[in-house]
Amino acid sequence: MGDLTVLIISSIFINNIILAQYLGACPFVGTSKKMETAIGMAGAVVFVLTLAGTITWVINTYFLVALEIEFLRTIAFIMIIASLVQFVEMFLKKSIPALYAGLGIFLPLITTNCAVMGVALLNVQDELTFLTAIIRSVAFAIGFGLALILFAGVRERVNLGRTPGPLKDTSIGLVTAGMLAMAFIGFQGMV
Amino acid sequence: MLSSILFTLGLGGACGAVLSVASKVFYVYEDPRIAEVENLTAGANCGGCGYPGCSGAAEAVVAGKAPPSVCILVGPENVAAIAEIVGGEAGTAEALKSYNECLGGLRATDRFFYQGAQKCNAVASLYGGKRDCTIGCLGYGDCVRSCKFDALVIGEEGYPVVDYEKCVGCGACQVVCPKTIIEVSPMSARLMHLNREDDALAPCQQTCPAEIDIPRYVDHIRRGEYEEAVNTIRERNPLLLTCGRVCPHPCEEMCRRAIEDDPVSINQLKRFVADLEMNSGKRYPIACNPDTGKTIAIIGGGPAGLTAAYFLRRLGHHPTIFEVQPELGGMLRYGIPEYRLPKKTLDWEIQGILNLGVEHHVNVEMGRDFDLASLVGAGFDAVFFGVGAWNDYNLNIPGEDLKGCFTGINFLARVGRNEKVEIGKRAAVVGGGNTAIDCVRTLVRMGLEKVYLVYRRTRKEMPANEVEIVAAEHEGIEFVFLAAPNRVLEDENGQVAGLEYLKMELGEPDASGRRRPVPVEGSETVLDVDMIISAIGQNPNLSFIREGTRLEDLELTRWSTFEVNPETCQTNVPYIFAAGDNQTGPATVVEAIGGARRAARAMDQFLRGKPVVGEPRALLAEKKIDESLFERVPGIKKTRRVEMPELPVKERIACFDEVDLVINEDNALHESRRCLNCCRLCYDPDLSIPEIKTSKTAA
Repeated sequence: MGDLTVLIISSIFINNIILAQYLGACPFVGTSKKMETAIGMAGAVVFVLTLAGTITWVINTYFLVALEIEFLRTIAFIMIIASLVQFVEMFLKKSIPALYAGLGIFLPLITTNCAVMGVALLNVQDELTFLTAIIRSVAFAIGFGLALILFAGVRERVNLGRTPGPLKDTSIGLVTAGMLAMAFIGFQGMV
Repeated sequence: MLSSILFTLGLGGACGAVLSVASKVFYVYEDPRIAEVENLTAGANCGGCGYPGCSGAAEAVVAGKAPPSVCILVGPENVAAIAEIVGGEAGTAEALKSYNECLGGLRATDRFFYQGAQKCNAVASLYGGKRDCTIGCLGYGDCVRSCKFDALVIGEEGYPVVDYEKCVGCGACQVVCPKTIIEVSPMSARLMHLNREDDALAPCQQTCPAEIDIPRYVDHIRRGEYEEAVNTIRERNPLLLTCGRVCPHPCEEMCRRAIEDDPVSINQLKRFVADLEMNSGKRYPIACNPDTGKTIAIIGGGPAGLTAAYFLRRLGHHPTIFEVQPELGGMLRYGIPEYRLPKKTLDWEIQGILNLGVEHHVNVEMGRDFDLASLVGAGFDAVFFGVGAWNDYNLNIPGEDLKGCFTGINFLARVGRNEKVEIGKRAAVVGGGNTAIDCVRTLVRMGLEKVYLVYRRTRKEMPANEVEIVAAEHEGIEFVFLAAPNRVLEDENGQVAGLEYLKMELGEPDASGRRRPVPVEGSETVLDVDMIISAIGQNPNLSFIREGTRLEDLELTRWSTFEVNPETCQTNVPYIFAAGDNQTGPATVVEAIGGARRAARAMDQFLRGKPVVGEPRALLAEKKIDESLFERVPGIKKTRRVEMPELPVKERIACFDEVDLVINEDNALHESRRCLNCCRLCYDPDLSIPEIKTSKTAA
């Protein structure tokens, strides 16, 4: 149990997928201009990452490892994640239209989110068990959402102020992201 | 090796199979046009349109919520293709455009000194902004930053200026604006907008019964943009040639300049641009919305009927006018004499409205050639009554049916139809309104020796327009005030031999605030005349209302006018609307236009199946915005008001040529520069006028 807590805390804060591992930087910058968008994106990532983490673990363990064809891992994961997102989109559209409408454009955008791919590969690399793989996927997703929402909040306020011309918009956004990352270093003493 | 090939194949197959099964199982019916439209968009999911992704935009286009041009990345061919896919359907969306109502900008004064974040929404969070005006633009350009199409800039004058070539109507500016001053709206909303308490309204615009945006069109004239000026007027008033000639211009009484100087000659400016269009020989194009397929019967082709038809047509409906007279125009043609409104001018104006696609039938009378049942049977979705007030009141004195006695409107209409009227040598016209003045001025032109105007009160109480009274005085009419006709004298041939009247004196004020005239006993006096016209008022002729028909359910007022909801002009029979003289009683052309526009707005709501409601924040008649009424106006230099050129008296009383002439371009520009370009609080003091640049030089 203690190990799980450590795993969760470290995945959310210390090894934050964006601010420590530098994965998923494009949606981090792209969808953080508005709080509303950021929350939508965070929700979609939690949803897809959980599913992707689970399925890629199964495929990896029972096919790639069993058949000793681990070299196909990257290509197989890309295909699985892309199909999965498509499948989820269709499923939601039919079954939970409200959630589908809520996630909107962010669901297909995740197809090309490297954080999803990164988490799937990290799970394999660290040789986690099925349960821990799922838990860590969820924790990473929460970390992603946390960083994104915090960042969006900061950016909305930064936008209200006067920014020197050359630093406007994305430039000041990257500076802010750097400071946010430094702040997250402070979490390293937690475990 | 083999296993890896098999695995890849297997994985691909499995994914394909799962997805194809899923697409079958989770199939949701989607309008096939959405996919077609989506294929024609850029597919970049850029969000420039304001919708979530290209499929979101495609859905909105098909649902009619977005125009076919919503995608910013596709060219005109694809826009046309998209329009073809969604076109032809009811409810096709109109193009949206962004409009800024506030021209305050740098003119607006501040309540406090502000040095915080240079953002509208930041300063708006401090007591609603630093500007004195509660509704005006804050000028930090949040809208400019929100615009993805570079269609907005903060202009030199400090307020956002929209570039309509670039604006796609995405609505981003409206969302970020903390005030309601920048609004994205389709043409119909602009045509049908009623003055609201929180609008940017100058005193003149609050007063105009037709709610024309006066400062804006005067500003266009000042910049030499005459076509834009005409289009601005046409948003509220389709009869600008007519109103430019006959309107009593109540707006000029409220002109802010009038507090320190003479008012701006607003109506002359309207006439100037209207005449400029007519004399140029080509008509400025008027946009109409896509067809809705709804038809409306307009009973009466006068100012109210023409206005209602014009607005309904521009909203995409199909009005058909039914007119009892041989030609359209109603009172404009048969009540207003040639010397005030030439028939040629009126023809040109009416033709412009008919050119939009308004059908009309003349020489057909409601209740005789057709009735309500036949209109309903013919499939008309709504009926509009604008039959005017053509019934002259009688004097109710002995002898008024003698040969040589006429009634006002009847007389004018017969002259207007070029009928032979047996005139005498000396005439008396009874009444003090515009009809009476029209009669005396017409009689003078017909060559009578002496024309009297008999009125029971004094000149001060005359309801006729001041300019008309002055013109009549110039033309040699003799006014007999404080005189009440008592009886008509008869000669041996049954012909009028004179008019006996009682002298009056003014007593206590009555309900209308005018002092009531009281007859003086034994003061009978005889006026030596052989022709008498009574022009003491009219009411509508509603004789087409027959027993046992739906029309009988209509509620009427005690002046036999239609009882309507004043904000919507809807009668108690939901599909019947009425405006103009048959609803207000005899009134001005501009009031008929204002009423007919309100009726058109309500009919549009009715035809689209929406609830028929007025504007909740409407600035109702006679009500003014307090903060816009000034006591003093600093910074005004007295400047010459342009005089209206007119035919010399000697020349004009010999013919029916138009008396009032149009001002020339130099004078129009001079007059437009006298306009302070007011809003609620802002205005341009005279000092800044020479600095305003004229974008086009005088043509």
